[in-house]
Amino acid sequence: MEHHAEQQQMFDQKEINEIIKERKRWEQTTLPKWLSANPERKEKFTNTSEIRINRLYTPEALTSMEYTRDLGFPGEHPFARGIHATMYRGRLWTMRQFSGMGTAEQTNKRFKYLLSEGETGLSIAFDYPTITGYDADHTRACGEVGRCGVAVSSLQDFETLFNGIPLDKVTTSMTINGPAAILLAMYVAIGDQQGVPRNMLGGTTQNDMLKEFFAQKLCIFPPKPSVKLVIDIIEYCTKNLPRWNPISISGYHIREAGANAVQELAFTLYDGISYVESTLERGLKVDEFAPRLSFFFASHNDLFEEIAKFRAARRLWAKLMKERFHAKNPRSMWMRMHVQTSGCTLTAQQPLNNIIRVTIQSLAAVLGGTQSLHTNSFDEALCLPSEDAVRVALRTQQIIAHESGATKTVDPIAGGYYVETLTNQMEEKATEYIEKIDNMGGAYSAIEKGFFQKEIADSAFKYQREIDACERKLVGVNDYTIANECITIPLLRIDPKVEHEQVTRLQKLRRERDSTKVKKILAQLHDDAAQDKNLMPIIIEAVKTYVTLGEICDVLRGVYGEYKELIVI
Amino acid sequence: MSKERKIRVLIAKPGLDSHDRGAKIVARALRDAGMEVIYTGLRQTPEQIAETALQEDVDVIGLSILSGAHTTLFPRIMELIKEKGLNDVMIFAGGIIPEEDVSQMKKLGIKEIFGPGTPTEALVKFVKENVPKRT
Amino acid sequence: MASAKIIAHGVLKGDKRSIARAISLIENEQAQAQEIISLLYPHTGKAHIIGITGPGGCGKSTLVEKLVKELRREGKTVGVVAVDPTSPFTGGAFLGDRIRMQELSTDDGVFIRSMATRNTPGGLARATKDAVHVLDASRKDVVIVETAGAGQSEVEIIKVAYTILVVSAPGLGDEIQAIKAGIMEIGDIFVVNKADRENADKAVIDIQAMFETNGKNQTWKPPIIKTIAIKGDGVRELLEKIWEHSKYLESGVSVSRYSAHVEAELLEVLKQRIAQRLLNDLQRKGTLDVMLKRILAREIDPYSAADKIIAEKFGKARHD
Repeated sequence: MEHHAEQQQMFDQKEINEIIKERKRWEQTTLPKWLSANPERKEKFTNTSEIRINRLYTPEALTSMEYTRDLGFPGEHPFARGIHATMYRGRLWTMRQFSGMGTAEQTNKRFKYLLSEGETGLSIAFDYPTITGYDADHTRACGEVGRCGVAVSSLQDFETLFNGIPLDKVTTSMTINGPAAILLAMYVAIGDQQGVPRNMLGGTTQNDMLKEFFAQKLCIFPPKPSVKLVIDIIEYCTKNLPRWNPISISGYHIREAGANAVQELAFTLYDGISYVESTLERGLKVDEFAPRLSFFFASHNDLFEEIAKFRAARRLWAKLMKERFHAKNPRSMWMRMHVQTSGCTLTAQQPLNNIIRVTIQSLAAVLGGTQSLHTNSFDEALCLPSEDAVRVALRTQQIIAHESGATKTVDPIAGGYYVETLTNQMEEKATEYIEKIDNMGGAYSAIEKGFFQKEIADSAFKYQREIDACERKLVGVNDYTIANECITIPLLRIDPKVEHEQVTRLQKLRRERDSTKVKKILAQLHDDAAQDKNLMPIIIEAVKTYVTLGEICDVLRGVYGEYKELIVI
Repeated sequence: MSKERKIRVLIAKPGLDSHDRGAKIVARALRDAGMEVIYTGLRQTPEQIAETALQEDVDVIGLSILSGAHTTLFPRIMELIKEKGLNDVMIFAGGIIPEEDVSQMKKLGIKEIFGPGTPTEALVKFVKENVPKRT
Repeated sequence: MASAKIIAHGVLKGDKRSIARAISLIENEQAQAQEIISLLYPHTGKAHIIGITGPGGCGKSTLVEKLVKELRREGKTVGVVAVDPTSPFTGGAFLGDRIRMQELSTDDGVFIRSMATRNTPGGLARATKDAVHVLDASRKDVVIVETAGAGQSEVEIIKVAYTILVVSAPGLGDEIQAIKAGIMEIGDIFVVNKADRENADKAVIDIQAMFETNGKNQTWKPPIIKTIAIKGDGVRELLEKIWEHSKYLESGVSVSRYSAHVEAELLEVLKQRIAQRLLNDLQRKGTLDVMLKRILAREIDPYSAADKIIAEKFGKARHD
């Protein structure tokens, strides 16, 4: 048995002892000479996860690692080296740029532009009224229509949005949470209109409400009914839309709200655990639905921390699915992820610097093995991306894919002493968090106690303090600044006319549709919601009758109530 | 016997914008600087903001917005502030407000706009130095 | 700056700006504060004052919001004072109770004010009582005071409110420990919020049990009401109990509650002022320094020192 174990370990003990001996010698001879001539720039180097980073990593750090157990082969448990056997040699990640602005027509134009420039999947950004469940003519929507994304109040807008875009040829990701069922219903309706069989529709709805309660904050209803709707979608898709990813369990927003990398990892995985539990409670078997769960992470500037995070995520999820949930199908253990480069690391100062940041962040995602990637545009700290800026963002991905050499082999970075150490450390720390939240009683309990919110607020405050004190350099902001800088890049502005046009269209729609049918369906929706039925079927019927998004949400508000956030600063 | 007056600040998030990381950091920094901070959470209407400022008798209002809806919401907020006679309240704003909108916002009566990358200390200093004096 | 008379006049007419200003002047102990209170005081004593206390996380603010809405349905006007703790380190405070009540901020029949304790011990701001007077004088039918629920002794509320609600919720970790013995004695109505949770029924039984061992024998038997504040469940019943208690107080069975308040208030002000005058006097004469040196040198203990000072100032007490 011992002989077998020795064979598994990546380095044998004799070698390790020799390395330790040599390292100590180096520390006593070569190193001090350097240190006295060139003291290190800082007393200690850490990353956002508060892991202390050593001067040097050697094979010693990997003494307890076993190749087959801890790394294995791509396409096999624990999937540390990738979920597919050939990764990018077989198929590049999907280049999927999050887009949306103004009217459906304008956004349709942007979609077509990006597809013509080489993007390989669509991703919709909706405006605030849409994502918070208000029609364009609601008082709360005043001043907000079309500003941060595309305005969608009814199926009519969706028809314009997908005009000339065949749904059997593209997959679409929709960043939508509270009203996710409604937008999914609209997508299904368009597919029906185009004659695409439902089992061919491919895409993703973000549909992750737990993180809304402590990170993105786009909640409509309280936690229990919100998660009920999430599971409705998972259940419906499992049975009817086999190519659709019903959920994108998100860490991006958790990170953007201020969490550090290990918190992003842990809290996202915990949300995943909660959703699996809730779906099992609904009566589905784990191998029925788990293969279609997907994830969404941010990618920040610390290249190696991010790579380690992605790899730790993949391995930890695989272990959780196998050991905690007893999944048998390897696909249930796959962590399929989409990554977006970090919005909050972009600076308004010297905006072109952001291109470099996005490049590093994208490289981290690629070396981390992502399935899908969005790259931010350099002007996004100032406005929605202009056409020129979004083209550069797309080119960033294409250059990495075709010119950098990073895609020539599977998981090029594996075995690196630093990367593997960091990956192990991230996994350990995330596991500690998971145990802590388990002991707290799970995600709902933790949200109610303000646990996630406090962790995030503290990390955000710490990060800001570090920047204020110049302990953390932010190029162009607290160092290498330009005095009295003038921003000269063109900024995309949304024409205020957009709101007026949208409202007019909506009012016309209301006049022209069959209002008797609308009333009937809304009454049915109310009943179905009150009886806890799966709401997907009635919502699909509703959108096809041109019931508006706001009208559906208003009925649900009446049944479920509205959520008021717990503030923790 | 008069005591040193505590500075009362309302930090408000008008409209549907849900990015509150900055607003919460500012609220915490001002509290740590000894001020009383009233934070009313997300999705505040102009009416709620103005009425809160009135009832809480604040010295300062900080408006945080990243959605671009400031061009509609700020004028409405300033209109209500004037209507309610809150002439001795200092108002500042932060978030994503393009340079080209800044002078228009200042004309409305907003004292200063702080963009992304503003050091927290600068903001605290600004509030301390610009809090209106009350006799 | 408007004069005390103008502000007081505004308060009596229900002008919100005047109410807000009056409370600020009182909080900041500004010169006009006492005059404002003098002018307003004759017009107080009409509002029913409800105190709400309980540990953090039990849903007090949500409960207040629902209670106010229920009161508004009855056509009552309401003032709310929500108290949060001042940081002893920074002197600042985060006043976040209003968040749960923001829908009410544009209701003209409701006035909400957030106050920081400003390091007054006991979970209430020193100025809270006077803020309640201002709202009372502005003709609010009901004034609700929500304390800073940080698990500390909340007994201060008894000096301010007529009907005291002690709120708890199952699953806070501390369960009934959170309702410490002192509070059992002051509660007029006990509320178990988040009553849809596991252990809600147990929480009710636990309170009943504690009551049997700790509660005083009195003519008002504090009811225990279960609520789910977030849904509004139980709030109607709670309000009915509040009105019942109000009638009970007015019936004269416990007329001492009103006079106890007034006595407590007078004593508080007397203590503050006498102590301040005495201290000012001692400092001016240098007596304080002399006495402190003697105490430090262990020539005299603090009690004997105090007796000496008082005897010098007021003459010997009759019982000596």
